[in-house]
Amino acid sequence: MREERRIVVRVAWDRLFSAATALLSYLSLIPLFLILYYIGRRGISAVDWDFFTSLPAPVGETGGGVSNALVGSAVLIGVACVLAVPVGIAAGVFLSEYGKSRLAGAVRLAVDVLQGIPSIVIGIIAYLWIVRPMRGFSALSGGAALAMLMLPVVVRSTEETLRLIPSALREASLALGVPRHRTVLKVILPAGLSGILTAVILGVARISGETAPLLFTAFGSPFMEWNVLRPMNSLPLMIFNYATSPYPEWHALAWGASFVLAVFMLLMNLVAKVMARRWKIRF
Amino acid sequence: MWGTGTVRGGAPATSEAVFERLLHISGAGILALLAVVFVTLLVHSFPAVKDLGAAFLYGRVWDPVGGEHGALPFVLGTLFTSFLALGISMPFSLAISIYLGEYCTEGPFSSFLRSAVDLLAGIPSVIYGFWGLFVLVPLVRSLQIKLGAMPYGVGVFTASLVLAIMIVPYSASLGREVIHLVPADQKEAALALGATRAEVVRKVILPYARSGILAGVLLALGRALGETMAVTMVIGNSNVVPQGLFSPANTMAGVIANEFAEATGSVYLSALVEIGLLLFVVGTAVNILGRRVIKRASVEAA
Amino acid sequence: MRRSVTLAWAAILALACAAAAPAAERRIVGAGATFPYPLYSKMFDVYYRQEGVKVNYQAIGSGGGIRQVQSRTVDFGATDAFIGDEEMAAFTGAVLHVPTCLGAVVVTYNLPGGPTLNLAPDVVADIFLGKLTRWDDERIVEANPGVGLPDMGIVVVRRSDGSGTTFIFSDYLSKVSPEWKETVGAGKVVNWPCGLGAKGNPGVAGLVKQLPGSIGYVELVYAVSNGMPVANIRNRSGRFIAPTVESVSQAADTELPDDMRVSITDTGAEGGYPISGFTWVIFYKEQDYAGRTLEQARDLIDLVWWMTHEGQKLAEPLHYARLGEVALRKAETLVRSAVYGGEPMLAGEARPASAAEAGR
Repeated sequence: MREERRIVVRVAWDRLFSAATALLSYLSLIPLFLILYYIGRRGISAVDWDFFTSLPAPVGETGGGVSNALVGSAVLIGVACVLAVPVGIAAGVFLSEYGKSRLAGAVRLAVDVLQGIPSIVIGIIAYLWIVRPMRGFSALSGGAALAMLMLPVVVRSTEETLRLIPSALREASLALGVPRHRTVLKVILPAGLSGILTAVILGVARISGETAPLLFTAFGSPFMEWNVLRPMNSLPLMIFNYATSPYPEWHALAWGASFVLAVFMLLMNLVAKVMARRWKIRF
Repeated sequence: MWGTGTVRGGAPATSEAVFERLLHISGAGILALLAVVFVTLLVHSFPAVKDLGAAFLYGRVWDPVGGEHGALPFVLGTLFTSFLALGISMPFSLAISIYLGEYCTEGPFSSFLRSAVDLLAGIPSVIYGFWGLFVLVPLVRSLQIKLGAMPYGVGVFTASLVLAIMIVPYSASLGREVIHLVPADQKEAALALGATRAEVVRKVILPYARSGILAGVLLALGRALGETMAVTMVIGNSNVVPQGLFSPANTMAGVIANEFAEATGSVYLSALVEIGLLLFVVGTAVNILGRRVIKRASVEAA
Repeated sequence: MRRSVTLAWAAILALACAAAAPAAERRIVGAGATFPYPLYSKMFDVYYRQEGVKVNYQAIGSGGGIRQVQSRTVDFGATDAFIGDEEMAAFTGAVLHVPTCLGAVVVTYNLPGGPTLNLAPDVVADIFLGKLTRWDDERIVEANPGVGLPDMGIVVVRRSDGSGTTFIFSDYLSKVSPEWKETVGAGKVVNWPCGLGAKGNPGVAGLVKQLPGSIGYVELVYAVSNGMPVANIRNRSGRFIAPTVESVSQAADTELPDDMRVSITDTGAEGGYPISGFTWVIFYKEQDYAGRTLEQARDLIDLVWWMTHEGQKLAEPLHYARLGEVALRKAETLVRSAVYGGEPMLAGEARPASAAEAGR
């Protein structure tokens, strides 16, 4: 009798446990849906033709758009890619092809450490190294800060990608007498191209929402700006400035910008995921 | 230079050497970059270190006008919000890990939940802050009114809530992976002995996946310690030692974001850089510790 | 691989060159006070349409403006707290303070119904000292007969960044409250005994609007444009004065020094609003530094001249007071004293106000 009751209790516990696990799991999605709901409801209504094509209106006046922030974000991401992608891929190749040396061990550790540096600290570095010596805030300094955030992502993903390439491919090439660097350039890299592209996309997804390092580097601007040596606006920076303001029109623009940014991040992650899946199937 | 010796094959040795050297240089470049970051922080925080010494760490007053630069309010603010956030998020991330790693490993629900959690990680922190300011702050305010606390709305608790939401994916995804890796024969053995599934989770899976879960928690902690925008928008930016759950406070990252662009005076600026250095050291330590634990976990699992 | 690296570098170089090519486009970068930001934002918008010069002004706070001028990362700074003698020692060159307008720091709050309150100086001080914590406190009720004050706690909202608005406000409180002077003092950043911090005037206004029962201090236009109530403050002559363009102008009716570094809080003028202040643009007297061209320097001087003359007519619609006659003459002298390589850029009477207004 007592034995039976114990079993009942245990089974009840089991049921309760699995129900609680499932419940808590789905509960933790509530914030996500709330965020998406607010961004969607408040954001979509703010996004119209003007939103994409006009410049911000002076303080307190209605209307205006965020075209300069869109361009600024694109330029900043571009600068970051130009700075981080070549070095990142090269370092990734180095780690996968010459990964057993002591230098490689140190580099791997350095990449880990870089990945863990808070982005605001990177902002300090970019300010001290670029803004101060060049005597001016610039998109270049913002891009450099973003590049430092992007670099570890690119290195890691490149290394992981290239390691997945079957060694038979590499050995076949080497056995044909092809020198190592040509093997890397003509066999390994082309085979891993989509994986490397995924690495770059992941890197872009990592940095496109970053705000903290831009506060005292890219700085912001109310004008359309293409020159990388000039201060420039960007979507995250604009969201921060407008969100903390008292103006309802600015809040609307900030929701709109949040919507655009969130959709962009979503797309990037989606593309990366699809590419990674296709890549994994090939090997 | 490194690596020039390992030339092989009949190809023109020079291009091989150049290629190899390029790769080595880019690898070394990353090392150099890290060194530059560290040395820069060190050099620029030197005036503060010299001027303030250890008082920087235990000073409770941050009053740049009066020349007092005590970082304790920010250190405590950072630790308080981060650990509170960790505490809030733990039940949820653990539940997700167990649910996805054991109960619902495949099928539409599983992949839906998994991508949703991934999505949570992809949302920029400034959007979390914005949303927190307009949605969470009024909620917390009405809670405070009910409890009879000062109805600030912003403060340590709100910041921790936002942080908790942000860090769930970090510990959940790693936790799911390690729980998934627990060998089936161990679980089956326990089941065959008559254990219920909940008992399997508690007695077999959790002990086995312990270090992996810990690594996930450490990663989440690292993320919370360094978070800037989402926190500064909802914490109240008050440069005092946090007085309680609902009191306004500030964090290390927050004070840098607020004051770095305007700090006049070399000690003031340098004290801010020193806070950055502290953040760098703590973040790095947590991060490396986390990676160590992951490595150990993957060795155990193999 | 290597080729792609070369290509990428070529691309960035090309981009930089292409961007640098239309350098004929004239730009000025400024940073600082959020206090005059709505006005500057309007001024620079008009100036761009009229003169084709892009002035990028970032409202990061007065403290930021001063610091960025000091590290020479901007063409001009803007502040509503003048640089003190001690602080000036950290600068490597003489800095000019040219006043551009006057404004009022108002006490605004979020109360049901948005009543206009009368506040005595000691009440304001005690609220911001954290000693007076409830809206239905006797001392507030006393001065506001007929206003139904709610049974609510007072949430203080103040600045988290270095701010000229804070300077004007704390300077005022130091003059009217010995305890404030003793424990907090005046400054761009002060060691607040209580309250929530928010970044910039917009941040404070935004937070006060968010939080019922809160009180904060902002520039007049931030309260007005957001439909927020403002308190009447009792001045030295014992009258409760509403902050308006007129009462601010009256506050400035006092002796002004030649370098215009002056505080006009706690004015003795009978109808003057007691928490008023000038706001300044600041730049180096010697404009030939860090590779600046004569052209760049001239553009800056022309801009400042325009702000103190033609730009003045934009002030009143935005609730700022324009410069009085005396202040304007002193401002002109200051602008004229700017030099490039030791040579004055605006000679004596060679550039009367009317010529400037006619444009070039």
